[in-house]
Amino acid sequence: MSTLQQSTETNVQYVTSFPFCLLAEFDTPADLMHAAEQLRTGGFTRWDVYSPFPVHGMDKAMGIPNSKVGWFSFFGGVTGLSLGMSMIWFMNKFDYALVVGGKPLFSPLFAFPVSYEMTILLTSFGTLFGMFFLNRLPRLYNPLLKSERFKKVTHDKFFIAIETSDPKYSETETRKLLEKLGGKHIDIIHD
Amino acid sequence: MAEATHNLKVQPPPRELEREPLVLNGRSLGWISDRVAGIIEGPTPKWWWAAFVPSVLVMTLCFTMIAYLISTGIGVWGLNQPVGWAWDITNFVFWIGIGHAGTLISAILFLLRQKWRTSINRAAEAMTLFAVACAGIFPMIHVGRIWFAWWLFPIPNSNSIWPQFRSPLLWDVFAVSTYGTVSLLFWYVGLIPDLATMRDRATTRARKFLYGLFALGWTGANRHWSNYEKAYLILAGVSTPLVLSVHSIVSFDFAVSQVPGWHTTIFPPYFVAGAIFSGFGMVLTLLIPLRKVCRLEDVITLRHIELMGKVILATGSIVGYAYGMEFFIAWYGGNPYERYAFENRAFGPYWWSYWIMITCNVVTPHLFWFKWVRRNMVVVFIISIFVNIGMWFERFVIIVTSLHRDYLPSSWGYFMPSPVDILTFVGSFGLFFTLFLLFMRFLPMVAISEVKGVTPQADPHHPLGGAKEGHH
Repeated sequence: MSTLQQSTETNVQYVTSFPFCLLAEFDTPADLMHAAEQLRTGGFTRWDVYSPFPVHGMDKAMGIPNSKVGWFSFFGGVTGLSLGMSMIWFMNKFDYALVVGGKPLFSPLFAFPVSYEMTILLTSFGTLFGMFFLNRLPRLYNPLLKSERFKKVTHDKFFIAIETSDPKYSETETRKLLEKLGGKHIDIIHD
Repeated sequence: MAEATHNLKVQPPPRELEREPLVLNGRSLGWISDRVAGIIEGPTPKWWWAAFVPSVLVMTLCFTMIAYLISTGIGVWGLNQPVGWAWDITNFVFWIGIGHAGTLISAILFLLRQKWRTSINRAAEAMTLFAVACAGIFPMIHVGRIWFAWWLFPIPNSNSIWPQFRSPLLWDVFAVSTYGTVSLLFWYVGLIPDLATMRDRATTRARKFLYGLFALGWTGANRHWSNYEKAYLILAGVSTPLVLSVHSIVSFDFAVSQVPGWHTTIFPPYFVAGAIFSGFGMVLTLLIPLRKVCRLEDVITLRHIELMGKVILATGSIVGYAYGMEFFIAWYGGNPYERYAFENRAFGPYWWSYWIMITCNVVTPHLFWFKWVRRNMVVVFIISIFVNIGMWFERFVIIVTSLHRDYLPSSWGYFMPSPVDILTFVGSFGLFFTLFLLFMRFLPMVAISEVKGVTPQADPHHPLGGAKEGHH
């Protein structure tokens, strides 16, 4: 295939693709953590580190605040408890009152086990969907996943990606910084 | 790279402080994903087919029996007045109890920071899901007219009557369905990073698409891990009271009634301990052969088996204590019916089932006091089978011996299972093993990312994790 043909075929792709981030590979979690501390001090904002497992202490190194998932869980739980209680009250006392065994039509005591289970159920849903929402998952397209090297992120390699949209980003300076921090195979990932 | 750092000199701790590592032979991070994913990626082993085909046949038997039951009527079972609950509810409690070990391992041991759980939690949680699936069948089919089973759900029936929530049987519907759903969510959350591993290793289009779809675009970003770990912690936090409540509510099915032998306040804690005991029995029954055939001995080590043996010893002792306390209260309570129910349990027509239960649940676990027993795979496997048998008999003893002699001797009876009873129960094992074999063939049966996380190479403050001398 001639060069001309090749460039015509891939032309469309080149027009729409633009540099998305600078990707650097690291060998150990210690190197990764050290680099993350330096990047945080350097004032970068649109960047992230990637690892096959959560690295203990990385949140602090990156300066990430405590996760907000707990709020979603809490509101899920409150909804579950009140939904359970009001459902039982509505069904057994309000909508169709039926005396069974001389027991009260509604009591929070007999309604508790079911409401308790509903609390746990909706807490779990709140937690799961809250986590998905905060992480913007499911994400069906991600430029990083186009990189062959990046596939090792779920195996035994560690990565740092700094987005080109970061105000502190500069192609030469940031590359130099990542090199200094021990990053290998530094490469631009196109979107 | 992990291999590169192997040459570093690490000062060993004093001998008495040494612990067996969780992953043996200093395996690298990559080795863990290669070995676990290799179970799925390699050609289907012959032993898998040898296990799968009989399992499917036995499962077919289960569904055939259920079809026969539904089309003919509940009379095909051996139960009748006065024993209105027999093998159906025994099997239900048996299976749901087995599930509890999975949640104990995944949630309670997580909250207790027991790092050894990571090698076994995935398989144990899968076991939970499949055990709950088997459990769910029995209460559904035991209602007789199964086409009215939807009356259990909060939907008004054709007379606009709602289910009544004063009954523990309805609490059970909510407890078991919540348990099944939350266990599935928890299991799936744990699977997401490993599905991403499978996606990144995939070579065929189908695998790339399916693992990619269910991995949801996971990249292992730390901003994601941060929310993920919090979500995992909260799910563990709510699964813990959930698992304790589920078997408590199952025990309410009995304890809230007035039947002598059922009406006891010790039931909730005693049922929960028994459930964990039986579940660990099943985890060992599954994992001892699997660690061998899947060559996972470096991940599911002797230490793991030994620790599970200790849990069986502890929970088995609680169960033994509960058996003794029940008898004491039956005597001390001064209720002649209660006292008779317990005497009848041990020395009545069902004496044989009671003593099978005592032998399997109270006597055999105490072999685990000996270290050589806990570390001998053949003996541990045999004891795990004993635990399974014993815990099935425990539920049989509680249900059938309490029911078969009523207050009036004129309504006494003796329950015998029919062939349909037996084949349905045997068939449920077919369903369980079919689901488990499919799971281990298509999904990583060890939590890859979690096991990596407990290795020294994953610790940024450990020399193997790349920490420099003098650097904290």
